[in-house]
Amino acid sequence: MTDDRSAPDVPSIVVAGLRIELTGSGRDVVDDVSFTINPGQVMGLVGESGSGKTTVGLALLGHARRGVEIVAGSVRIDDVDVLALSEEQRRPLRGRVVSYVPQDPAAALNPALRIGTQLREVLEAHDFGANDGDRRDRVAEMMREVALPDDPGYLRRYPHELSGGQQQRVGLAMAFACRPRLIVLDEPTTGLDVTTQAHVLNTVRDLAGAHKVAALYVSHDLAVVSTLAERVAVMYAGRLVEVGESSELFANAAHPYTRRLVGAIPRLAGSRELIGIPGRAPSPGSRPRGCAFESRCAFVEDACRLELPPLRALDEGHMVRCLRAEEVRAHPMPFAGEAMAVSMPHGESVLSVQQMSAGYRGVTVLHDINLDLAPSECLALVGESGSGKTTLARSIAGLHAERSGRIVLHGEELVELARHRSRESRRRLQYIFQNPYGSLNPRRTINQIVRQPLEVFGIGGSEANARVDEMLERVSLTAAYASRYPDQLSGGERQRVAIARALVSRPDVLICDEVTSALDVSVQAAIVELLGELQKSLDLAMLFVTHNLPLVRSIAQRVAVMSAGRIVELGAVDSVLLQPSDDYTRRLLADTPSLEAVQS
Amino acid sequence: MSVVSDVAITPEPESVRSTRRSGSVLRDALSLWRTRIGLVLMIALVLVASFGPFFAPYSPADFAGPPFTAPNSAAHLGTDYLGQDVLSRFLWGGREILVMAALATAFGLVFGTIIGMLAAYSRNWLDEVLMRAMDVILAFPQIMLALVAIATVGPKAWLIVLAVGLTTLPRVARVTRGAAQPIVERDFVAAAEALGVPRIRILGRELLPNIMSPLMVEMSLRLTYSIGLIAGLAFLGFATSSNGANWGTMINQNRIAVQAQPWGVIMPVLAIALLTVGTGLVGDGISRAAAGIDRGRSTG
Repeated sequence: MTDDRSAPDVPSIVVAGLRIELTGSGRDVVDDVSFTINPGQVMGLVGESGSGKTTVGLALLGHARRGVEIVAGSVRIDDVDVLALSEEQRRPLRGRVVSYVPQDPAAALNPALRIGTQLREVLEAHDFGANDGDRRDRVAEMMREVALPDDPGYLRRYPHELSGGQQQRVGLAMAFACRPRLIVLDEPTTGLDVTTQAHVLNTVRDLAGAHKVAALYVSHDLAVVSTLAERVAVMYAGRLVEVGESSELFANAAHPYTRRLVGAIPRLAGSRELIGIPGRAPSPGSRPRGCAFESRCAFVEDACRLELPPLRALDEGHMVRCLRAEEVRAHPMPFAGEAMAVSMPHGESVLSVQQMSAGYRGVTVLHDINLDLAPSECLALVGESGSGKTTLARSIAGLHAERSGRIVLHGEELVELARHRSRESRRRLQYIFQNPYGSLNPRRTINQIVRQPLEVFGIGGSEANARVDEMLERVSLTAAYASRYPDQLSGGERQRVAIARALVSRPDVLICDEVTSALDVSVQAAIVELLGELQKSLDLAMLFVTHNLPLVRSIAQRVAVMSAGRIVELGAVDSVLLQPSDDYTRRLLADTPSLEAVQS
Repeated sequence: MSVVSDVAITPEPESVRSTRRSGSVLRDALSLWRTRIGLVLMIALVLVASFGPFFAPYSPADFAGPPFTAPNSAAHLGTDYLGQDVLSRFLWGGREILVMAALATAFGLVFGTIIGMLAAYSRNWLDEVLMRAMDVILAFPQIMLALVAIATVGPKAWLIVLAVGLTTLPRVARVTRGAAQPIVERDFVAAAEALGVPRIRILGRELLPNIMSPLMVEMSLRLTYSIGLIAGLAFLGFATSSNGANWGTMINQNRIAVQAQPWGVIMPVLAIALLTVGTGLVGDGISRAAAGIDRGRSTG
């Protein structure tokens, strides 16, 4: 197994003509997917949610989720067609020849077993190593490979005694344990902060390169993929639309969708407005006969609607599914919108946090926070998970009781809980939650949800109707949405509803807590675009909490960097991001995946 | 680290599935055969109990012949231990049980839901006090508590309803609290709190609609138990009147001659059995629909 490695330029993984359907309906979830991966190469598979990228990833293991089935195509790993085997024959291959790293490391590890036991289990299941001693050595070696301690004490730990990043590295160790030929990684860094994410990504790249393992990295985050993968395949509505070298794709994409996707990524250098992609990807069953991107494309012509464009070679190793690829490529890349005029805030502060500390059951997580928000200013608050930024935001919003210090809104000192605050201060200060899947009551219509603040603040009748309609329109939702329920909406649409609910009472301070972290890149760009526009037109003061540093560029004038419950740096966006004075900020910047690294 | 919850949460379709509206749960439940059969049984027996007296050939206390006469043209199901008409007493005998069971269930359901939601929402000492109080009631078997109450005060209808309702209450409260706990942690409740929505409105509008599915299951389950319990009390002699037409009482009165004239026992036993099986099937159907069992899975 370890010696007969083929030459690096002969692909070890060949996927051809993969088609996956919803069981029994004949509707395609994925169609006509073909690509190859060379040994030691990391291939990125990028797409929005619902594009079928995870379905393709699982198909490489010969697995289909309940409700879908693989109906055509082949997945050859070193001349073995995984899809042609029976389930019985396939099982021993998993882990040994092809392995999988899921999105959530905590869900993948058995919470009741020590990590050493779980690692040994993988080796035993595949008869790896001659005896227990061999396997013990191999486990220690695996731990060193993923940069974790290999002492017996560490191996005796349970998964919950490890951090998220450590858990994910144990997951990687398990995946690499039997030296497979192919590893499928399904967004393994989604829940991790940038520093941990950088460590995990480095581990993946080093291991794949050192052991000549082909890797498929499934992600919606182009910036992450650009730092990791040599080649990238872009999926849209179940089909590959572009495949190529990642540097080529990010500098010189030939498919309009890829170009818009690249344009939607926030940049560290230069303040730019983000441009989202209007419209929605067609879902299985409602996909058009012609090009699926046709309705959202600026280059569309009649021929695009007639039949599906073939995936054709443009250059060596660069494939694209677009009839007008040459013309598209002749245009300059739409890197982002116009440069923003950054004006520094002026005037008295509308919101002032003074010497605030906060904690949970006596454990202090926020220390002595001082923060001022000027009228019409957007202040970004960045930090890794656990830095206390959400606690700070919730304290201001009146959702966190255990705090000391002062929070002053328009000269009025706010008490801890929103319930005890004056009606006027509740109206003027509004909060948008991180996860639009949790912040909308699933049993109420969009109209009822947006109207709720008005009811609380005593506005009813035709005035309320008019305001709800107006607000829905401002967040680009038509009146038809008013009678729907949240589960009929996409993530981006839900977040628009949440924004409408926050703004319908006409506040002047808006707190956004990681409002884009649960959304796809293109949707994220559209939401940030919307928030930026609303902030200007409604003259809002905004506190924008995020862990995404490049995003700060696109929306904020000032930025506060938080670490371990303290604000370590506060200043204009340009000076903080380009000349950080604090070590922590520098480290955060260095670990942030960005497109600049690929392009330079 | 877990106290600061700002890790990016990627939405998964499962969470969407668990929050289906109660209307669609009822529709799904109705597409299951078990629910349909249960509903037919329930409706049939409710009809018998409520409209039966209008079709009864005799008044329940009228004599129709010598005791334990076999079925004949005058008494289609024969007579009972006093010579009263079994058919008439059967047609009269469901009302009391059904009305009392429904009232007791409603009592337990309303107050149990309120206590459960209060406990789940408060998350503090009130939660402890309420739930420990529920545990105290739970410590006694349902029938024991009812028997003690009736033995002390006497077999009054209101007391039977109160005793059965009171012992139903903590069971409902526990289920409600369990269902409401994850909902209370959701952001839309926090959003309502940040707006300053009054607590009673948060309970009624944010919380209650999201726990309707488990509550509907609980309702039919508790109704099943209450029917059994009230019929059981009547069998033991604790009905509102010692010779009232009541399915439970009938079984007790006629069991001595079950071999000679079985109809006086068979009919009420059948009625109680079919009624409880019916309500049970409906509850099971709703819970299956709510949990998504038996459903063709759609891709998220």
